[in-house]
Amino acid sequence: MLPNFSPDSVGRVTPQTASFTEPLALDCGRLLNGYDLVYETYGTLNADHSNAVMICHALSGDHHVAGYHENADLNKPGWWDNGIGPGKPMDTREFFVVCCNNLGGCKGSTGPTAINPDTRKPYGPDFPIVTVRDWVLSQARLADRLGIQQWAAVIGGSLGGMQAMQWAIAFPERVRHALVIAAAPRLSAMNIAFNEVARQAILSDPDFHHGHYYDFGVVPRRGLMLARMLGHITYLSEEGMRAKFGRELREGKPNFNFDTEFEVESYLRHQGHAFVDRFDANTYLLITKTLDYFDPAADFDSDLSAAFHRALARFLVISFTSDWRFAPARSREIVQALVRAGREVSYAEIPSAYGHDAFLMPIPLYHDLLRNYLMRVAREVNGHAA
Amino acid sequence: MRPELDLISEWIRPGARILDLGCGDGALLAYLRKHRQVSGYGLEIDPANLVQCIRAGVNVIHADLEAGLADFGDSSFDYVIMTQTLQAVKHTEALLDEMLRVGRQGIVTFPNFGFWRCRRQIALHGLMPVVKTLPYQWYDTPNVHLFTLRDFEELCRRKRIDILQRMVLDHAHQPRSWPRWWPNLLGEIALYRLGRA
Repeated sequence: MLPNFSPDSVGRVTPQTASFTEPLALDCGRLLNGYDLVYETYGTLNADHSNAVMICHALSGDHHVAGYHENADLNKPGWWDNGIGPGKPMDTREFFVVCCNNLGGCKGSTGPTAINPDTRKPYGPDFPIVTVRDWVLSQARLADRLGIQQWAAVIGGSLGGMQAMQWAIAFPERVRHALVIAAAPRLSAMNIAFNEVARQAILSDPDFHHGHYYDFGVVPRRGLMLARMLGHITYLSEEGMRAKFGRELREGKPNFNFDTEFEVESYLRHQGHAFVDRFDANTYLLITKTLDYFDPAADFDSDLSAAFHRALARFLVISFTSDWRFAPARSREIVQALVRAGREVSYAEIPSAYGHDAFLMPIPLYHDLLRNYLMRVAREVNGHAA
Repeated sequence: MRPELDLISEWIRPGARILDLGCGDGALLAYLRKHRQVSGYGLEIDPANLVQCIRAGVNVIHADLEAGLADFGDSSFDYVIMTQTLQAVKHTEALLDEMLRVGRQGIVTFPNFGFWRCRRQIALHGLMPVVKTLPYQWYDTPNVHLFTLRDFEELCRRKRIDILQRMVLDHAHQPRSWPRWWPNLLGEIALYRLGRA
């Protein structure tokens, strides 16, 4: 029996795979001889292929943005299901939405867990560290494959927002609009510091085996779990954590030991455990480096506005008040550079206690802005009132 | 509001780059974009107005004017405009300075507290005036500085701000011929184009 999906859900979705045989020259100097990208699409591409929207995922995301996979838990739709669907801000009645699992990922696109054709073993730690620019190049080939010359919009939160920026810089004529949400022009020393602690947690796990843990039939569970727990703290805000967990003791009284006593401990351990079962440690290491290296201004004498000078897209930049991972001030750096470059940009700072995670929450003002912005985009490309 | 938009529009060079401080729902920028082919941005603090601007396709940047315009470079705009906003900001002087740092010229409109009806309400009744251009009760108003044309021109003189053009309007934002003689008495809304050598 078919489950009853809500009318604003994209419903049942099936991932597809695109294989590329042309080698990809990576920023690190290595050549990737062919690769697969797993992706999903929702909605219908219009006649002149102008209504395609690319969603870029963040650190732990993947191609499954909306709807439900076959036999999936109906409580677990894609990671941005509240934003994508018929009548939602990213309206699939107007747009053809595309999202792929990025290169180096662990959800089906070529990455550390994939088999290296040269060795017939998983790449593991030998998979090259890819950059945001590499990702965008690989995504551009997917766009070519799908017959999409220009995206109506490239949209992403956090590391996804960095890809949206990179798209606008690397392929000016292929991006009409770039929506850069809860992002930063590059990581701060503190951002890198958190990433480094996460990496050390994984690297120092005895089960890591220099990244060759697949050969030993183990995974560095403790390390990956710690990395995720640490990450989760940076995704929340102090006020959000206080509201959600307070200092509640699970058993109502202290036990004077190191078991899980406070609710927040229980939450973090649960998040850590759940993550280990769905994510690969080598991919986690790799993507934290991708984040660290991102710096589109680097090629322009550290002048971000010079990087944006070539962009043709119109920008919508959004930040969230309690986000301290990529604080509003970081988004304002982006806006300032865009203004100095004379680009079209709008910016909003959304009041929220959700911290960095806010970009995935259906906050009314946030979704109102997305909806209204994208309604205009839809009018531009589909030529009718949305 | 339309005549005021028209009048401001007449002062604007086609194709100019504009910064509109406190742009509200973006009506002025949308108008100038259509009639003067300008580019630029509005600054706005109210979330509901942000949505309206986005809906209208106007570039809007969420900002608090009281914090200054540090994100914008010197002379990076042809005109910085402030319509019916100056009376509602705390840091009046600083904002005027910022306006003429970021913009080559400034355009300011504000309600004239020297309008004869205001004067009459204070003089005759001893009450804070409530008039069409200043419709708020003293205890519930966004306005924190009330001033007259003369006050403003005095400030400009002291700050060495050049008044390049002035116009006074009635409460329907219509230019009238009679306030020309006693603008501070008969004008309800003042429009100024400012510069600084």
